[in-house]
Amino acid sequence: MWTLANPTRFLGLAERVIPWLAVLTFLTLGVGLYLALFVAPPDYQQGETVRIMFVHVPAAWLAMFGYTLIAIASIGSLIWRHPLADVAAKTAAPIGATFTFLALVTGSLWGKPMWGTYWVWDARLTSMLVLFLLYLGLIALWQSIEEPGRAGRAAAILALVGFVNVPIIKFSVDWWNTLHQPASILRTGGPTIDPSLLTPLFVMAVGFTLLFVLLHLIAMRAEILRRRVHALRQVHVERAAAA
Amino acid sequence: MPDLGPHAAFIWAAYTVTFVAVAGLVGLIVQDDRRQRQLLADLERQGITRRSAKPAAKPKPVEKKTRARKAKP
Repeated sequence: MWTLANPTRFLGLAERVIPWLAVLTFLTLGVGLYLALFVAPPDYQQGETVRIMFVHVPAAWLAMFGYTLIAIASIGSLIWRHPLADVAAKTAAPIGATFTFLALVTGSLWGKPMWGTYWVWDARLTSMLVLFLLYLGLIALWQSIEEPGRAGRAAAILALVGFVNVPIIKFSVDWWNTLHQPASILRTGGPTIDPSLLTPLFVMAVGFTLLFVLLHLIAMRAEILRRRVHALRQVHVERAAAA
Repeated sequence: MPDLGPHAAFIWAAYTVTFVAVAGLVGLIVQDDRRQRQLLADLERQGITRRSAKPAAKPKPVEKKTRARKAKP
């Protein structure tokens, strides 16, 4: 693990893994979409709108996964000051923000026909909106401080403080009386969903996760290269000034 | 494609938003990756390399193999 934490070794690994991962992601999402749109039966209560769940639920999972990843990387950034941890945290934020946005929008599009409203200020929906705002805050913080080390440390502190929101999202449906239904997959006692709907959901969740990892690897590679370009330009300016 | 019923517009909207957002994210990330690779390649072409980077391979001078002669007693 520590050997991979070397940026040059990471770039070599990413170069080899990215093409295979891209193919695997494409195939998994293709199969997932086929199952979600053509094979999965309508739900006995939700009818055809259950198909929105196949994009909404994986997006919501990855919204929380992305923030957890940022929090773990932030610990690495603060304790070991490792540049790769910093890069991992910074590049996960826009991807996590996109999935959070998708969870909110697709949830609203499901809510209108099922609940009769696009939005309610219940604990689950509000804590997801807070997560989205946290992502935007992190992105803004990284953009506003030029020196990557300082930006990384400030963002790491914000990310760790904001991590308290992740268990609130997960357990909000148990702690408070919410319009959003309680957990039906990741719960003690097993999933309450029929396998005919659980299988497409599982395949889509795997496809979305592969997509997240793929995009994160590419974004991390781009960020490492950006820092190298920045460093080389500085060296060039210093050499020119010394000459 | 099954008949999506009276709420088809909501289902299509959810999938369309997802597709557009994911496609946009993929496009931005891939474009940024290509741009950074290009910038780095341009700098290296100008001879601006990292201090730790290995210098371009130079032809090694041919060394003649010579045997050390034993000194005569």
